[in-house]
Amino acid sequence: MSTYTQQVQINVNGALRTAIVEPRTTLVDFLREHLGLTGTHVGCEHGICGACTILLNGDPVRSCCMLAVQADGMAVTTVEGLSPERGKLSAIQDAFCEKHALQCGYCTPGMLMACHALLQRNRQPDEAAIREAISGNLCRCTGYQQIVDAVKHVVSGEKKHEAGV
Amino acid sequence: MKPAFKYIGRHRRAVEHRRFVTGQGRYAADIRLHGMSHVAIVASPYASARILSIDASEALKLPGVLAVITGEELNAAIDPMLPGVDAPSVTRYPLAHEVVRYTGEWVAAVVAESRAIAEDAAELIYVEYETTPHVLDAEKAMDASAPLVHPKHGSNIIFRRKFTWGPVDDHFGQSAHTLSYRVKWARSSTVPIETFAVACEWNDAQQVLDVWASIQMPKYPDLLAKCLRLPGNGVRVHYDVDVGGSYGVKRGLKHTILVGYLARKLNRPVRFIEDRLENMRGGDMQGPDRIFDVTLAFDTDGTINAMRMRAVDDIGAYSGRSPLQLGKPVGAIVGPYRIKSVEYDAVSVMTNKTPQEAVRGFGQAPTNYAIETGVDKVARFLGMSRIYIRNRNLIRSDEFPYLIPSGTYYDSGDYATVFRKALDAAVYDELVRQRDFLRQQGQLAGVGISTCLEPSGGNSSFEPLFNPKNETTTWMDSCLVRVDLAGSVTALMGTSTSGQAHETLVSTVVGEILEREPDTIRVMHADSLHALPSNSPVGSRMAIMLGGAAAGAAKKIRAKLLAVGAHNLGVPVEALIYENGEVIVKDDRSRRIPWDQLIEIVHRKYHQMPPGMEPGLQEKFVWEVPTGGKMPTEDGRVQMYPCHSFESHVVLASVDPGTGKVTLHRYVCGHDCGVMISPDVVHGMTYGGVAHGLGAALMEKFAYSEDGQLLSGTFMDYLMPSAMEVPPVTIVDHCTPSPLTEFGQKGSGEAGYLGSAAAIAGAINDALAERGACIDQLPMTPFAIWRTLQSTAARTQSGDNHD
Repeated sequence: MSTYTQQVQINVNGALRTAIVEPRTTLVDFLREHLGLTGTHVGCEHGICGACTILLNGDPVRSCCMLAVQADGMAVTTVEGLSPERGKLSAIQDAFCEKHALQCGYCTPGMLMACHALLQRNRQPDEAAIREAISGNLCRCTGYQQIVDAVKHVVSGEKKHEAGV
Repeated sequence: MKPAFKYIGRHRRAVEHRRFVTGQGRYAADIRLHGMSHVAIVASPYASARILSIDASEALKLPGVLAVITGEELNAAIDPMLPGVDAPSVTRYPLAHEVVRYTGEWVAAVVAESRAIAEDAAELIYVEYETTPHVLDAEKAMDASAPLVHPKHGSNIIFRRKFTWGPVDDHFGQSAHTLSYRVKWARSSTVPIETFAVACEWNDAQQVLDVWASIQMPKYPDLLAKCLRLPGNGVRVHYDVDVGGSYGVKRGLKHTILVGYLARKLNRPVRFIEDRLENMRGGDMQGPDRIFDVTLAFDTDGTINAMRMRAVDDIGAYSGRSPLQLGKPVGAIVGPYRIKSVEYDAVSVMTNKTPQEAVRGFGQAPTNYAIETGVDKVARFLGMSRIYIRNRNLIRSDEFPYLIPSGTYYDSGDYATVFRKALDAAVYDELVRQRDFLRQQGQLAGVGISTCLEPSGGNSSFEPLFNPKNETTTWMDSCLVRVDLAGSVTALMGTSTSGQAHETLVSTVVGEILEREPDTIRVMHADSLHALPSNSPVGSRMAIMLGGAAAGAAKKIRAKLLAVGAHNLGVPVEALIYENGEVIVKDDRSRRIPWDQLIEIVHRKYHQMPPGMEPGLQEKFVWEVPTGGKMPTEDGRVQMYPCHSFESHVVLASVDPGTGKVTLHRYVCGHDCGVMISPDVVHGMTYGGVAHGLGAALMEKFAYSEDGQLLSGTFMDYLMPSAMEVPPVTIVDHCTPSPLTEFGQKGSGEAGYLGSAAAIAGAINDALAERGACIDQLPMTPFAIWRTLQSTAARTQSGDNHD
């Protein structure tokens, strides 16, 4: 058993959060149990299912497979930080609702983070790129089709926007 | 022309989605209770052993540990969980006592201030075991010499009944051909991404146990109260907890009994969340594991006359409702075909494996796979096309309601049309050309076809069928609709939701009947002490049963408003119409009472209400399953489920002959579930079901070593389809309304899953047929396929040598 603790400072969704944690505390447990950010879910705790995906300095990572102390000084974005402002949905959140890209909602936060990260680095992904981007996130409800449709929906919205439609 | 429905069948954003995409879902693991303590489990490392001693002294010394509990204490304080069949000595408790019967069985539980401390303490508990003989193979377990999993039961067979429906012997004697085969459906499951989680809080002053759980289980509060020896109203299950997927398996009764007991004992809130290994190994959520021995009797023209089927199902070490999963398929035992007589030998066997739980389709998907494999084999035997043989045997659209030999009437359908639409959408001839092209490229390639039924409406007729002491003939569901003083509509449902968008369903239906905008209607999940009876979302029943109940309650509201209108307008009710919440005189539309005024009257103006009418505005409706209410006949005929959806899958697959790797190139699913209330939801479930069946067909298996260790307890060895394995799927809708339901809807919660494994397996075998190979067990992993190809090649070669 560990009684040693350590202070961490992590920028979470734009706000600096300071906390004292046991070094063995995983990042996802820190987010959920210490900060109460329960939007990030725990599925397998061994880095396969992707339910706990968050953005670490902008990149999607598994928050079950790293420790909170490893994120010290870094920036974390969780699903709670995706909305542009309170009461508004981001384009991908909105598309998930429109295209019924979720059912039970459990994999959804991780899925959203993976799709968001994809769209940050590639504004016009094709189907293969979309499937590859979510291939590390397991979903048992949707068969992935409507998730792919949702990302395509954002992409077509972008295209319309660029074409001035 | 006025469309049939205003809101039903339209695209509508699911009400639930907004909270899920913003991270505001409320799952069991998100529940925060003041002073919450945490559980970790000590599990058996052996498949079968006597527990000689348990030493928790070191664990109890650890700061932060609140209690260690074993079966000795717990079992004396509670009543056991009993099986769904008549086998009273096959008792089951959350913690093992004296013996363990499978690897992963819970032996002790630690409660501590944090989960980490609890896990530290669990490692300090020393359990001494003496291993005893075990049995893992279901057929060996049926031998008289096999070690008994439950010696008091006297046999490893927990249930066996041979049904004979119709003159099977005559039909076999009259048929030109018979063909026998064996297929195996492997032990897989739905494996939701959320494991089971439960939090309990005991209120000493009120003597009530509050429960928040990721549950999808009929009669859960009643069974929990009974096992904890509490009155029924001493348990309050909070159904407003979002459930992170279930598809049948989220039935953590044993988890809840343990946590509930601990919460009461310690008088503080207790939470348990399975970790993934606990879920896979000791969570008791594995699925059917079946061996089918089938013989079909058929004529030279392709007509299949009769079937003999023996299904041996390995339910593992304990029994809940799992033996009943051999019972539900009785209601669709001939699939969509005009098979005239059937002998069905249902054998439920216990082994030293993790117990089986209800899985999507409740046993129908394996049965469908067994039937479809046979239909393909008959086609191959007769040298006919698989399309021809199906069309030859499909029940025709003018034959409904159609009575099958085992006593169920199929409500409606147009199987041949849905089948044709699926083939057309796949462009079947082009698909065959693509297959042949792939073959020319050196791949093994095949086309798979299935035509399968999804019984829906979730009755529980298999209970009396499989247990003469059980006289359950209702499996009702209910809804309460309330209109408040401000005119807002709220509906109450009595169960939790695990992704089926019930809030969307209910608000759409109530909106349709009351002609109010569905997005303004709030749907609540009542807790079990406030709820009307529900049997939870099992058996593809909620569109039918909850949808029907919501419509029934809303219609009573509408009738009441019409009566109020008639009273105040001084005309008979028949002279009125109800439109957009207003009551209007048919012949003089200027005479009307708008919604707000009607609401004002029923809430405030008793003097304007018809004499004798209850003030206020809320109505409940409890709906019995249509066609329900009947006991089985002596010879085991029963109306199982009321409605029957149909699906036809067409798939093109290739197999890399060097590695056995399968690629799916084209996937079409023709689907008829009657009137779709929420098409997006239906399609979503169907896509998901196809993916789930793909997993069962090609990837997923709970494998055990010879000494009974689970070899696939993580997602690195229990493989599930990702977006790379699941192909784009084309769904082709068709609508044959059910005559039994409010709007013509049928169920669809198991759609896709009930026909995809059969079709994919058919495609693989079409591919392997080129090499004279055949594989009749799931999952058809690359290794299994490769090994089949190798052994077939070796056999052919040695055969050549001998010639």
